[in-house]
Amino acid sequence: MVVAGIDIGSRIAKAAIMEAGSIVSYAVLDTGLDSTQTAMKVLRLAASKAGATASDIQYIVATGYGRVLVEFADEMVSEIACHAKGVNYYFPSARTVLDVGGQDSKVINCDEKGRVVSFAMNDKCAGGTGRFLETMADLLQLPLDKMSMLSLKAAKPVPLSSHCVIYEKSEVLLKLRQGVPKYDLVAGIYESLVTRIMDLLAKVSLQEDFVFGGGVARNIGLFTKLQERLGVGAKTIPEPVIQGAVGAAVLAGERMREGHARKHQKEWNTWLTTI
Amino acid sequence: MVSEDYRVMWQELGMDLDKHDEFLAPVPQLYHDLFLAQGNRPASMEYFDFVMSEVHGLRVKELVEFKQAGGFVAGTFCVYVPDELVLAAGGAVIGLCAGAQYPIPAAEKILPRSTCPLIKASLGFRLERICPYAQVSDFLVGETTCDGKKKMWEIMNDYGPTYVMELPQRKDEVDRELWQAEVRRFKDYVEGQSGRAITPDTLAGAIRLVNEKRRALQRLYDCRKHDPAPISGKDVLLISQLAFFDDPQRFVAQTINLCQELEGRIERGEGVVPAGTPRILVTGTPMPLPHWKLHHIIETSGAVVVCEETCTGTRYFETLVADDASTLDAQLEAVAGRAMQINCACFTPNDGRINDILRLVREYRADGVIYYNLQFCQTYSIEHYLVEKALQQAGVPVLHIESDFSEEDTAQLATRVQAFLEMLG
Repeated sequence: MVVAGIDIGSRIAKAAIMEAGSIVSYAVLDTGLDSTQTAMKVLRLAASKAGATASDIQYIVATGYGRVLVEFADEMVSEIACHAKGVNYYFPSARTVLDVGGQDSKVINCDEKGRVVSFAMNDKCAGGTGRFLETMADLLQLPLDKMSMLSLKAAKPVPLSSHCVIYEKSEVLLKLRQGVPKYDLVAGIYESLVTRIMDLLAKVSLQEDFVFGGGVARNIGLFTKLQERLGVGAKTIPEPVIQGAVGAAVLAGERMREGHARKHQKEWNTWLTTI
Repeated sequence: MVSEDYRVMWQELGMDLDKHDEFLAPVPQLYHDLFLAQGNRPASMEYFDFVMSEVHGLRVKELVEFKQAGGFVAGTFCVYVPDELVLAAGGAVIGLCAGAQYPIPAAEKILPRSTCPLIKASLGFRLERICPYAQVSDFLVGETTCDGKKKMWEIMNDYGPTYVMELPQRKDEVDRELWQAEVRRFKDYVEGQSGRAITPDTLAGAIRLVNEKRRALQRLYDCRKHDPAPISGKDVLLISQLAFFDDPQRFVAQTINLCQELEGRIERGEGVVPAGTPRILVTGTPMPLPHWKLHHIIETSGAVVVCEETCTGTRYFETLVADDASTLDAQLEAVAGRAMQINCACFTPNDGRINDILRLVREYRADGVIYYNLQFCQTYSIEHYLVEKALQQAGVPVLHIESDFSEEDTAQLATRVQAFLEMLG
């Protein structure tokens, strides 16, 4: 049984292939302008890595902002449910999942089967998201990974009073002019982001095991700071960027076992030749 | 196509025609995609589609002609303001709350950005001169429901007479007395503006008419209590919004007409969605025209909205004015009394709202509640905590969403709504 999960994010498209209950391959591409094309491309790429072809795939679940554009998917599921499932695949003991993404952040409580029990997401504000880090890295003219390492050197993190990206930008600029060392400033920026994340975590009940996922989890500076503040160890999955696609693939496998029929059995072969 | 007559009329109303054109340009396509493209709509929605297609045209023309014949128009912003007194003095009432993103940048030149979008849009329309209803109004009626509105009226008054009613913030005896005094003061103001005295006869007629409108809306909402829901939440939201504009008598007749069609559907077990579709109750801040965003997201994610505990929902019509009073004094007391039964977050304490929501969840057989408040609306965003606690205790799933009139967070909200519906199972 070969099934697939496709996660079309605002920036990156991911696909994961599951065979006999295990994830056997995955692929990652830039989303680009044509999400349908990209979805098929990333699916073929992932399939080929598993030594299969797209025509071997028996069920597809799509997720991510571009999920509605994956016409050939058999089902669309929110990324909240897929992230929970994806983390559950790696850590069945996970009960709280934090995902800090490029344009949104979410916390999810899930059960032993990876089903969502409750969740919270940031409101109309980029304050607690990866976009915030990007803006600040841009301002400090530092690559993200360098900024992350730099923060570990901080002697005295600079407290930043504002939680708004726009206002915080001016605050950071002012401190830079005052000669505050960049590492202390970067540490202050992480403190500020962690505070926003803590606000979000307060909306659900933090239970162990706690898993920190999403692209921003790779940021070692933030990861360290968050664990310090929470006083709770966080696990992270090997490739956080594909956790949504993995969850979608797991769900696709569940649907197959439950005997769900494919939604587009007839069109599937046409799509294989036309997209 | 806009007829030339309307352009002349808008010009005479002092509107900015270029901006108005720009503002209205996307509406037909939007309306098509959100409303006309829905499947299985009741045929009687045709009337409301027509009203919407003429929303800045025919109805405004009626009001202009009404004024030429000696009438006057009052523009209001709150369900506490008594329409009855305006009607009894021979006037027409229009609800002016705005739900559009377009005029917000203009308002932000004056108001802090961290002001509720409803307040910004309402002032923005006035500043940009693109709302014919604001232009045709002889005077506006504000109230002290929140700090943002309270201070905005002072600015609005520079652009046209803006009368302010003081709404108390508690419902004790002393507060009821204050509100009664405010209703009487408003009566004097309206009489002064119109030059006509309100009599027990005219007021009785107005009370009857507005009650009829509320009863028609109640009957429409009663239809939604059935599974499968016979009408989409989006269509009902539209009707509630138009209730603030349309001629009340005609609106009542057309709404009853629609109810008859829906009651037929219910009898035959027909729905606008299949039976068993997840049923959502929306509670929170008002959704003035054309703020359809949340309903559209919910109803394109596989659920149906069955009730709104908002000012563009049950708070608008659930309470009637007692119509058995015969003296003017007793009538005014009854008019004031109705408002004191509405549970808005501007009151403290406001347990009544929690009880209302719990009751409505049962009455409308809702599977989940979406608590929606506009960004920077302090009272509703703070009250969320207590409402959510009560709903959780009652075992009712709830999702909190804060947003505004812009479209930029649509995809993000769709994700949250879909995840919430997946949880309902």
